[in-house]
Amino acid sequence: MPDRYNHANTITSTGKNGMHLTEGALPEDYLAYTGRKVTFIIGGCVLLLLLLIWSISVGAANISPAEVAESLVVHVPDRIAATGMWIAGMFGTEIAASSPIMSPVDTIIWNIRLPQALAGIVAGIGLAIAGVAMQSILRNPLGSPFTLGISNAAAFGAAFSVIILGTGTMHSTGADAVVLENVYATTIVAFLFCLVATAIILAISRIRGASPEVMVLAGVAIGSLFTAGTMFLQYFADDVQLAAVVFWTFGDIGRSDWQELALMGIVVALATVYFYFNRWNYNAIDAGDETAKGLGVNVERIRLWGMLVASCVTAVVISLLGVIGFVGLVCPHMVRRLIGDDHRFLIPGTCVCGAILLVASDTVARIMLAPHILPVAILTAFLGAPVFIYLIIRGRAR
Amino acid sequence: MILDVNGVRFTYRSAEVLRDVEFSLHPREVLSILGPNGVGKTTLLKCMNAILRPGAGSVLVAGDDILTLSQMEIARRIGYVAQRTETGRLTAFDMILLGRRPHIGWNITDHDLKVVDAAIRRFGLEDLSLRYIDEMSGGELQKVCIARAIVQEPRVLLFDEPTSSLDLKNQLDILRTIRDVVGSHDVSAIMTLHDLNQALRYSDRFIFLRNGTIYAAGGPEVITPDVIGDVYGVPVTVEAWNGHRIIIPL
Repeated sequence: MPDRYNHANTITSTGKNGMHLTEGALPEDYLAYTGRKVTFIIGGCVLLLLLLIWSISVGAANISPAEVAESLVVHVPDRIAATGMWIAGMFGTEIAASSPIMSPVDTIIWNIRLPQALAGIVAGIGLAIAGVAMQSILRNPLGSPFTLGISNAAAFGAAFSVIILGTGTMHSTGADAVVLENVYATTIVAFLFCLVATAIILAISRIRGASPEVMVLAGVAIGSLFTAGTMFLQYFADDVQLAAVVFWTFGDIGRSDWQELALMGIVVALATVYFYFNRWNYNAIDAGDETAKGLGVNVERIRLWGMLVASCVTAVVISLLGVIGFVGLVCPHMVRRLIGDDHRFLIPGTCVCGAILLVASDTVARIMLAPHILPVAILTAFLGAPVFIYLIIRGRAR
Repeated sequence: MILDVNGVRFTYRSAEVLRDVEFSLHPREVLSILGPNGVGKTTLLKCMNAILRPGAGSVLVAGDDILTLSQMEIARRIGYVAQRTETGRLTAFDMILLGRRPHIGWNITDHDLKVVDAAIRRFGLEDLSLRYIDEMSGGELQKVCIARAIVQEPRVLLFDEPTSSLDLKNQLDILRTIRDVVGSHDVSAIMTLHDLNQALRYSDRFIFLRNGTIYAAGGPEVITPDVIGDVYGVPVTVEAWNGHRIIIPL
């Protein structure tokens, strides 16, 4: 018998709050067990870093991973300086900008590929964390931004903007890509409709209670409502508008510039902190609503705020990049299989997994049919469908 | 008195579930709430830690009205073991650690880990501590849940049908555990039970609910064929056997 089992374990009374337990020993085996989970997450971060360099190095112009690494290291300081000046400029302080000398390779890396890879990381984290939060909040393995109809609402918003408000006259850019003329207007309208969908879900949950069944059924209803709306608009659209809507719907992480990336990054970072802060509450809710309440968790409030934050993250990502399916559904399940349901590790693990999945998918999508570039959403949908079917066959796999 | 329930009323969708429920819980005492299905036993239990908010009346824990306390403050005073616990891929250790939730700030401390370690040894769960709870038997899971309620360091423990869906051996095991915890620590327990003989054997006092209010309350003397007949509508006889009283339905 190990020594730690020989400690006194009497329980004595003190204080108003209740009985007082005498301490045992630090449980070494448990600490080793949680240590393995931390190692897994750190390993994921290392993999993500390597993936980032690989992702930047492949493409029409081949750049070696070494060059990528060098360019990243060399230009990080002047980028930080540039960002500082940009922020200072926003507050009215003009500082003479000395633009650093950039080689063509640096330009490709910093203006095209790095923003795209970082958008993949940020969007991957955002979608995955929204998924893990929604699954826990709804206590439903099929919970994700997409099962709640938020992406359908965004697609409807884009269609509405292009067809009714006329923001989407399109023109071919010589290459075989098409570009929306007024990206911002389309994005803002899509975002507004995401919020409308979220508001409807929250309103229903106010009236009928925030039970898992109510929320998922509400999501299905909202999804089909907005799909019907999109089809209605598309039926009366001309072919240019139709093409614009369909193009917007293909989620593509190559769309965002540095400013949009910064916006997305701030929203995703705040949401990540919020969800991580609530990790104990989600563990408690996993054990059942009543158990959670008995543990002092205000289940309704946590559920409402969690839905609101997850919906906002989803709305921002989808409205800036388009509809990217299944990342939010698949990543939490992959990580649950590997390191279990404890949200202390599940939340960071899912973030890393989402980033890896989206950056890897995007890189593969770019080289698969080269020189044609496939929007990443098509690939993630192909990856996601089998997982979805697997989950249905396995039943409630939690 | 560790818990005072004064004139509690609870209405659900304009139907009155509980009215004028009034009783007290002494320190280091096990109290059983008895009565037929649907009479409001579970509702009463949930009113005591504000999982449900009583429409009228008050519940005082060591003098504090629970309706003036936050859910977290209540959880530091009252532990609750629900009838059903959802299981996931959490280890027994993690599940018991969850009982520290009312005491945790941003993160757990070494003290929390040590308290959980003590509870694991207290309940003989050493071999289960790193097993996933979704792979455990009902009896094992129930013990883990009791350990979780204990590490909340509460003054009162609430058990909603702690023996439902357990076999006879585990039923007795769990009831003995509850009895044992109350006997050795400064904590009181309230449980809802269906088995009158088990209630008689493992509790100090009894409350019979009928039509949403207390029909009879008191020590073992309150368990008579008349009371049981009135509450459950079943004729019984109470026999003495080997120093125990046994209830036998006729």
